Amino acid sequence: MQTKKIKWTRFLLETALLVVLFSLVQYGISTRMLSQYYQINLTSMCINIILAVSLNLINGFTGQLSLGHAGFMAVGAYTAVIMTTKMDYPLLAGLVGAFLAASAAGFVIGVPTLRLKGDYLAIATLALGEIIRVTLQNIDYVNGPAGISGIPKLTTWAWLYGAVVLTILVVVNLINSSYGRAIISVREDEIAAELMGINTTKYKVMAFVIGAGFAGLAGALYGHYFYIIKPETFNFMKSFDILVMVVLGGLGSTTGAVIAAIFITVLTAALQPFPEIRMILYALILIIVMIYRPQGLMGNKELSRQTLGRIWGARR
Amino acid sequence: MTLLSINKLYKSFGGLGAVMNFNFHMEQHELVGLIGPNGAGKTTVFNLITGVYKPDQGEIIFQGQDLVGMSSYNICARGIARTFQNIRLFNELSVLDNVKIACHKDVPYSLLGALVRTPAFFKGEERIEQQALKYLEVFNLDIKRDELAKNLPYGEQRRLEISRALATRPKLLILDEPAAGMNPQETNQLMQMIEMIRQEFGLAILLIEHDMSLVMGVCERIYVLDYGQIIAEGLPQEIRNNKQVIEAYLGEELN
Repeated sequence: MQTKKIKWTRFLLETALLVVLFSLVQYGISTRMLSQYYQINLTSMCINIILAVSLNLINGFTGQLSLGHAGFMAVGAYTAVIMTTKMDYPLLAGLVGAFLAASAAGFVIGVPTLRLKGDYLAIATLALGEIIRVTLQNIDYVNGPAGISGIPKLTTWAWLYGAVVLTILVVVNLINSSYGRAIISVREDEIAAELMGINTTKYKVMAFVIGAGFAGLAGALYGHYFYIIKPETFNFMKSFDILVMVVLGGLGSTTGAVIAAIFITVLTAALQPFPEIRMILYALILIIVMIYRPQGLMGNKELSRQTLGRIWGARR
Repeated sequence: MTLLSINKLYKSFGGLGAVMNFNFHMEQHELVGLIGPNGAGKTTVFNLITGVYKPDQGEIIFQGQDLVGMSSYNICARGIARTFQNIRLFNELSVLDNVKIACHKDVPYSLLGALVRTPAFFKGEERIEQQALKYLEVFNLDIKRDELAKNLPYGEQRRLEISRALATRPKLLILDEPAAGMNPQETNQLMQMIEMIRQEFGLAILLIEHDMSLVMGVCERIYVLDYGQIIAEGLPQEIRNNKQVIEAYLGEELN
């Protein structure tokens, strides 16, 4: 029963840590110690973390190169915004609706495209992401290319923080279970996995649906913070931005995805004062990181107590 | 009782008949060898049995059920597991995880249970781990449980592949050239291991092998395949003296 006790102590400790982190930032926001500028960047950071962690589930753990993540984000954003502005649902319902709608879109797109592999899958998902965007541009109900503006700012730090924690929790718990091992086996060797009794199609679709759902959640939070959503925001460049975070962090590392999302957000913000050379510097930094860490910042390792313990052990 | 019977199986790639009129049967608990020169179609037969390829014609009856058209994971669930000629492990994963993946088909908790970490999840994970360790112990791989599969020496990779296949709890284990690349001493160990597995797990084994001492040493019955067709079938000593077999392997005598 010793181990059970340790498990509970650890659980309580981790929960306490999460609550402290939340309270600190909330305190900063309430007392206006964190300016509007920092709050906007904090919001982008949280949304990017959700996007990167969810895409990493598809690209990193399942090994299926998807370039349509912005499309799912759009589905979520539009679903939630329509629900809150036109149907007067509360934000929570909008977020749940966004998750479900994006998951459904992930299922509809995933079932036919996940038969494809590698480059072909990438092109198919890229195209389907664009189809979502162009479709939205041509629907008058959502004002076509102009998009929906005047969205009430319902996304608060509590929602963002909760969504980030939920995303990471779901992905980490999934990956560290038998279902997660099945998902990873698809990446490692699809034929061997199939012959060891893994229904590879099912697990590819499962990862795709869950990943798409969280992209939808991120889109919903985005829409309710930045007042306006328009199809152009969710073009394929957005998908590439997310992909950059995943690759930079290391394919198949949730910690890496989180770190890279924070890194990219901070980098983008830090380069704001130099608009002329911003993109050049951005590209240069990415190239340099990829030269010295081709496997990404974290490789496929996670930052956990074990790895910290190993580093600590090596130092002594 | 017949475990597996294959009737009039055909498979061709383009114009090339890889397997033609293949007939085969196997009893429960039997150890059968499938031999033949390179390119005879042995691995194709294995791929047809395990659903990697779909046959053009014919039936594959396993425990009274036709496997033709079934997907590979369903065939695995029915009780057929295999290894590969070119080792196919999950390279970036630990030795233990490789075997745990093979235990997934009987996963004892639900997806939701995994996400919210129910007690059933923890209990189930422990059971999977115990099970996986049991199969690693058979091959003395439990001491290497945390090593990455790709870092194991060749012989151990082969053994890990067999223990991974065993972890799916098959009734029929198919080994595709298990002794490939092994030295005589390792081959000898492997022979004993194959016999031991069969006794301990009570299963039937079908193996492809080029190493004649291994085939003659352990197999109870042997099929010989050449150009996609069975040219001989029988006990090891019968096969050893079969004229057609000698011709297929060594060529005809010139007059």
